Amino acid sequence: MPRLSTALPLLAALTAPLPALSDGLDPSDWDSVLEQAQGQTVYWHAWGGSTATNDFIAWIGEQAAKQGVTLEHVKLSDTADAVTRVLNEKQAGRDDDSAVDMIWINGPNFAAMKEADLLFGPFAEQLPNWQYVDTEGKTVQSDFTVPTEGYESPWAMAQVVYMYDTADMEPQPSAEAILKWAQANPGRFTYPQPPDFLGSTFLKQTLIELTDNSDVLSGSADEADYAAVTAPLWEYLDALTPVLWRSGSAYPATGPAQLQLMADNEIDLAISFSPGEASTAIANNQLRDTVRTFVLENGTLGNASYVAIPYNSGSKAGAMVVANTLLSPEAQARAQDPAILGYGTVLSMDKLSPEERETFDALELGIATLTPAELGSAQPEPHPSWMSRVTEDWTRRYGAGQ
Amino acid sequence: MADSLILHNVRISRRGAPLVSIDHTIAPGTVLTVMGPSGVGKSTLLSYVAGTLSPDFEASGKVCLGATDITDLPPAKRRIGILFQDDLLFPHLSVGANLAFGLRPGGTRAHRRQRIESALSDIELEGYADRDPATLSGGQKARVALMRMLLSEPRALLLDEAFSGLDVSLRRQIRALVFDRARRMHLPVLMVTHDQEDAEAAGGAVERLTVANLSA
Amino acid sequence: MGPDNDLMRLLAPLWAGKNGGSGRLSAVGLIPALTLMAMLGPVCAGLLGTLMPSLGYLPAAGLSTLSFDPFIQLFEWPGLPVAMRLSISTGLLATLLSLGVVTLTLAGWYDTGPFRVLERLLSPLLSVPHAAAAFGLAFLVAPSGWLSRIASPLTGWVRPPDVLILQDEWGLTLTAGMVAKEVPFLLLMALAALGQADARRRMRVAQALGYGRITGWLKTVFPPVYAQIRLPVYVVLAYSMSVVDVAMILGPSTPAPLSVQVVRWMSDPDLSQRLTAAAAALLQGGLVLTALTLWRAGEAVVARLGVLWIARGSRGALDPVLRPLGLALGAMSALAVLAGLAGLAVWSFAGYWAFPEALPQSFDLRSWARHLPGILSTGGTTVLIAVLATGLSLILVIGCLESEFRSGQNLTQRGLWLIYLPLLVPQTAFLPGLQTLLLSLGADRAIWAVVLAHLVFVLPYAFLSLGDPWRAWDRRNSTVAAALGASPRGVLWRVRLPMLLRPILTTAAVAFAVSVGQYLPTLLVGGGRVSTLTTEAVALASGGDRRAIGVYGVSQTLAVLGPFILALAVPAVVWRNRRSLHG
Repeated sequence: MPRLSTALPLLAALTAPLPALSDGLDPSDWDSVLEQAQGQTVYWHAWGGSTATNDFIAWIGEQAAKQGVTLEHVKLSDTADAVTRVLNEKQAGRDDDSAVDMIWINGPNFAAMKEADLLFGPFAEQLPNWQYVDTEGKTVQSDFTVPTEGYESPWAMAQVVYMYDTADMEPQPSAEAILKWAQANPGRFTYPQPPDFLGSTFLKQTLIELTDNSDVLSGSADEADYAAVTAPLWEYLDALTPVLWRSGSAYPATGPAQLQLMADNEIDLAISFSPGEASTAIANNQLRDTVRTFVLENGTLGNASYVAIPYNSGSKAGAMVVANTLLSPEAQARAQDPAILGYGTVLSMDKLSPEERETFDALELGIATLTPAELGSAQPEPHPSWMSRVTEDWTRRYGAGQ
Repeated sequence: MADSLILHNVRISRRGAPLVSIDHTIAPGTVLTVMGPSGVGKSTLLSYVAGTLSPDFEASGKVCLGATDITDLPPAKRRIGILFQDDLLFPHLSVGANLAFGLRPGGTRAHRRQRIESALSDIELEGYADRDPATLSGGQKARVALMRMLLSEPRALLLDEAFSGLDVSLRRQIRALVFDRARRMHLPVLMVTHDQEDAEAAGGAVERLTVANLSA
Repeated sequence: MGPDNDLMRLLAPLWAGKNGGSGRLSAVGLIPALTLMAMLGPVCAGLLGTLMPSLGYLPAAGLSTLSFDPFIQLFEWPGLPVAMRLSISTGLLATLLSLGVVTLTLAGWYDTGPFRVLERLLSPLLSVPHAAAAFGLAFLVAPSGWLSRIASPLTGWVRPPDVLILQDEWGLTLTAGMVAKEVPFLLLMALAALGQADARRRMRVAQALGYGRITGWLKTVFPPVYAQIRLPVYVVLAYSMSVVDVAMILGPSTPAPLSVQVVRWMSDPDLSQRLTAAAAALLQGGLVLTALTLWRAGEAVVARLGVLWIARGSRGALDPVLRPLGLALGAMSALAVLAGLAGLAVWSFAGYWAFPEALPQSFDLRSWARHLPGILSTGGTTVLIAVLATGLSLILVIGCLESEFRSGQNLTQRGLWLIYLPLLVPQTAFLPGLQTLLLSLGADRAIWAVVLAHLVFVLPYAFLSLGDPWRAWDRRNSTVAAALGASPRGVLWRVRLPMLLRPILTTAAVAFAVSVGQYLPTLLVGGGRVSTLTTEAVALASGGDRRAIGVYGVSQTLAVLGPFILALAVPAVVWRNRRSLHG
């Protein structure tokens, strides 16, 4: 297309990114950060599909207001919308005052933004409340094996659990056992349709379960014998799909949609990435009170939720204040309360003062939530390339009407 | 004060096809009746005189009121009254407000109201000022429409099948009223009709248009 | 006559004609050009913004090599044939069924008591946002839905049956949902066209000649009515093919219809998928064009066959079957949406509500209390945007119609196509491009930018709504008023606008409803910072919380019903003593 390309320089000139503006912001000088943050409005783009999360974010907004920062929750139906937004801004040459000041992010979205230089940082480890973060016991410095390098700040821990209805079934110890149970009870199990985050998580969890050598998963999928490593997974899914809900010809679109199926008694078993979700849903009248959770004998996947700041945010200081607020022991305890959110804390109990520890200890676990001991230690996430390739393959095999 | 309505060599065609051709002077207080079958361009002639000819038509010639050439004046400046087959009273206005719409501007509010009251009594509708026009009878509406037009002090009068919508007895009555007023006010009248009786009652000259009227 | 010629005709009123009398450039005369720019500018700019990435040009993602790779990627996607088939079959089937239901209902029942009841049921449904209607419907027909719950004492179900109703592979539920939502639209369009088709007299003649109601209607009234509603039918076709929100709720997902897949690719973390999305968006545009061409060809065939059918002189043996069928289908489509909305309302007050209970165990105000602050603040923004968009669209549309009236230049058929263009081009094909453009102008995320984006979609509907009553106004009223000395402006303000108060207010209500229902334009142009009831509802929808969806769906519906009630009430009060202005 040589003719077309001659017309492009003008457009390119219009849309080329300007060199990043230095706004004299030093994350390690917290007093000046606080000072700059005064009066700023932070637009936090975060998934808005959960009433419980929305209420928690509103509470964080109240805390931020006390520090002179206005927090606006932009409720997304898909985190990638915010990524698109920043991308479009870069394309249009808007290198300051982005519409997005902070994103609830992790995994592939983070990897993509980091790689495309769309993030501000490093800032996370300079936050005052970073001192409480459990950097030894929890995976908070790498996100799906990608080092965070301070470009995103953790605020909640998640671990895979399976929700089941005690009226209908027993806990299952392994992926193989789940398959056997599903074959005996056809139509009573499903998972959100990949590439939905939770659906992809189910694929990864099952892959880890089935593969003999889980070490290869921490490296890139392109360097491993992808076909051989994933063969057991496809064999498993070929057996599972016909006995899934709707025989695998339809899937719930998202985790909450799957929860609704559980609520409607369409299914008896569902995957969740939040150990407290079942308890919170029971408290909210969404699930019947016979629902409980279990983890697999070999353990389950865990990861952290993060917040990141786009390179072109106009309220970076304000966003850092919000990120710091999220890490405060008070906010973390609130997030862990199953009556409110039921998310695991990223803080280390050893680093807290006795009073602060007391707050955490006083929390009721919630009727369907497992104790930390029962949850066991979380398995690490595979490299993002596995998730991309497995979901891509899944779509080709089960999601394209073949 | 009273002027003739002069149609000077008026030719109207539609996309090049000749339609109407007329050259006539209507003296004050007289009626020119234009007759012909439907579709021959009678109403087109009236809209030309009134200034509302659609751009689909081309016209040449002149329309004058006495010495004043009004051919290029906008309709609102021509002071040519028009009556249609339907009364066309504005349905959102009361009877009195309809008349006030016609009454030329000026005068105090009390004076205007008094003029409207006397106009109403003139057409035997005393006390009807606040009525909804939709509640009037056909004859009453026709009289209000006539009075509204007269209050605008026109200098000529166009009648577009003005009596066709009325039943026989009412028709005579209204027709007599209109011609009587026009004569008293020395107005030249251009009437379009397909009814021979209208033409006879008018008593003036009669111009007959025919389909594809090509005569000079 | 080329399109340029039509453009000139549309723009001709720029120069006030002889009859305007002044010869000056008039303000009214400028409006058609402004309107055209407001509607077509964003579409064209947006399409360009889609075309570039589809050829591989997306500098922000570091992609600037021109190639056909995005199209090759697209054609390598294994779901493409099915996604394309779904798009086409849903579109054609939904359009055919909607038109069929509307025609049968009108033919069998126009001017009867049951029809007036049906009309009253259907008209408000026009304004119900698509997403809300789709959710209601989904809850109604799902195996664990309301109907199944109500039937459970008879069927003995304690668990929902594992049958595929929602998201079926053939998109039949999606099609049914589109039909239920498009029938009110086509019915109102057809009713407006009936005025000019002289239906009553034609039917009297046909019935006097021994034709049954339906056959007589099809042979005498349908042809002119169809000619009038042809463009609205095309809009239904284009919209059904490219709808996103309804398809996400009711449509299949393995794979999804093409439009949904476009949005998915658009939001893929892998930035190079944007290119595939752009290519797919263009393919979507091509599909719509193909379907329109097919439909057009179908029209010619039907017309040919229809002439033969009319010539055969058959009087309609099937009428006794078709007549009740028409009423049943019409009533079903109205009741389905109404019952779905009722279901949403029940959910919004529901405590614990398990299958197979027909009603919740308890009712409470928790959901409402929880969401009320959000509803009030987003409701305020929603109303502000809708009021501005409605006001602007009224000014522009009335200006265009008045300019058309004064110049005597009527809009040609081709000019009409221009007005419909924003509704015929799939939103997914030009909105992302438009967003990039606004960004580079620094004009995004301001309320006024959102208002302008809404205007693109509000204007065509405002034109549709007001055009016919405006043109049907007896122009002799204007002649009389001018003869009485009123200037063109005086005629407009003192005679025409008051007389047309009812259709103007109805148009305002339609415009308001269209604005409230906009999802993609608000989201993309507003940069997420402008939240309306609809963006909130769709965001919540992704969470599947039926109580929250219920609260927002009900609020959304109330927000659009309010103006419609006002549009009925205000003329009734203002003109309470003016009998001939009562509808």
